[in-house]
Amino acid sequence: MSTNKISTQKVNFKVFRFNADVDYLPYYENYTMDVTSEEVVLDVLNRIKWDHDGSFSYRRSCRHGICGACAIKVNGRSTLACKESMTTMVEYFGNEITLEPLSTKRAVKDMIIDKGDFWEKHAAATPYLVADIDECPSCENLVSPHDAEELDEADLCIQCGACHYACPVVEINSDFFGPAAFAAAYRFESDVRDNDKQRLIDVNEEKQGVWDCVKCFECAEVCPKDINPIDKITKLHQMAFKRGVAKNNVATRHAVGFLHSIKKHGMLDEGGLVLYSEGAHIVKHIPVALQMFRKGKIVMPWNMPKSDNLDEIQKLIKSSSTVKF
Amino acid sequence: MKKLKYALFTGCTAKQSTPEQMMSTMAVARKLDIELIELTEASCCGASHLQDYDDFLSLVLNARNIAYAEKHGLTMVTICNTCQLNTAMTKHRLDKNPELKARVNEKLSEVGLEYKGTSNVIHFLYAIIDDFGLDKIREMVVKPLSQFNIAPFYGCHNIRPSELHDESHKQKENPYNPTSLDDLIIACGGKNVDYEEKNKCCGFHVELQAPHTAAVLTGNAIAGATDNNADMMVTPCPLCHLKLDTQTKSASEAIGREVSLPVLHMQQMIGLALGCSAAELGLKHHVTEVNFI
Repeated sequence: MSTNKISTQKVNFKVFRFNADVDYLPYYENYTMDVTSEEVVLDVLNRIKWDHDGSFSYRRSCRHGICGACAIKVNGRSTLACKESMTTMVEYFGNEITLEPLSTKRAVKDMIIDKGDFWEKHAAATPYLVADIDECPSCENLVSPHDAEELDEADLCIQCGACHYACPVVEINSDFFGPAAFAAAYRFESDVRDNDKQRLIDVNEEKQGVWDCVKCFECAEVCPKDINPIDKITKLHQMAFKRGVAKNNVATRHAVGFLHSIKKHGMLDEGGLVLYSEGAHIVKHIPVALQMFRKGKIVMPWNMPKSDNLDEIQKLIKSSSTVKF
Repeated sequence: MKKLKYALFTGCTAKQSTPEQMMSTMAVARKLDIELIELTEASCCGASHLQDYDDFLSLVLNARNIAYAEKHGLTMVTICNTCQLNTAMTKHRLDKNPELKARVNEKLSEVGLEYKGTSNVIHFLYAIIDDFGLDKIREMVVKPLSQFNIAPFYGCHNIRPSELHDESHKQKENPYNPTSLDDLIIACGGKNVDYEEKNKCCGFHVELQAPHTAAVLTGNAIAGATDNNADMMVTPCPLCHLKLDTQTKSASEAIGREVSLPVLHMQQMIGLALGCSAAELGLKHHVTEVNFI
């Protein structure tokens, strides 16, 4: 805000309450407070505890956006309570504000959740440097600025969990590592000193790996440190191909299939892509394909439209390709 | 107002699995007197999957598509959220990074093209909102959709990452509480339905590699709209449309509940309100029948 004048407005807070020790079900408590333009969400949490109900519980520590303890959801948006200005929240959502823990399913007491799944997956991504570095080196292990840039700010992650609990896949596939663990994996995979062989294989496993990412960009949107986890996930995909770790499976063929199709038609051949990706497993798509065919939604191979100036596209594929699979 | 004219990047589905989307786009453009010059030279945008394989190649191909819009001196209009994301992302990256732009242009020069960065890239939804105006749509409505509760389904790639989309839009969209499609529904005389899944993912991109995840997301979306009394859904994205329209069986199985709602493309909804016929809008191409017309 350009003005220094402190303004005040009335805000209605609907606050998630739950105590696993005594409650069967969560409930919401309403508080109406005058909020000043100077306050952040954490100030509101503090005031609920200090002025209204001393039993109200939440995590807080550094108050400087470094420790990652105070991440909660405001009107469904994950955020760091100590960093998020109330003025911005009111601009975003108006005067009816709902405060909830990052995951209501994992609530232990009010805003406090059991973050065990997050830490388990984070640990599984080998989030540390694996390197043969002399314990008593005679000089520093220097990393050039150019090499350090490869980390692409992935080292700024504070493990707040905002992206993890905003990720729709984490919610559905309990094995999925989640965006924060992938960002951590990228941070060390992109470190020139690291020589771990297993990490990239682990994050490419079908059960838990990057290929289940739905590309919704929820993680990029919520990250309070602007780490852009989905960008790191994309880079892990690319690394898997470049370092020969990518397995020949439906997910990798699906990515490579685009190239084949574009080379042939300029456009994507939808049916051809499914066939290329699935191989013999294409039979499982036949019922839906038949329904689509009846409605005029399937173009036969001999009628596949092609882009004009296809020769240009083919020439560019030849000269600009940087990966082989 | 000066006649609006855009370069149209149709994307691949409009030419294959969603022919109704192409038909209704052209029908609505005629009604609104918007001229669309189709970029017949354009290639696939890579749909965020080629990007997983070969990032540089995808930049070159998308820059080529934009270069053709630039040749016409026109803003590029997309009709698919994923085309919008990949094309706008390419533009963003090249405009921010002169070194990368030079590397891409070195390749494009081999086929006599150049990416300059002079054409904006916007989705048709935002061309209508920012350039045409909802007030004008409202005035032109001849058959308001007033009897229907319509659930907007925004589709991820039009609203996230918001930083990217804010670059090309005049009116900013809040990804946690988007309003553009709601406003369009209201302008067409319908009643907009608010529900939790309206800005969530449909699962399209992992349909092959993670079918259960994809099906649950689709099921949740249709169930959310149904539970809030929607008569139908509407989406600006043909990929979301494919998922919501053709995959109701797997979606129902995944969430253990029968779900099915007619789903309109945004263009079809506008077309209906402006008096286009069902045939013009290709309503017969839907797998989940649009039974109220």
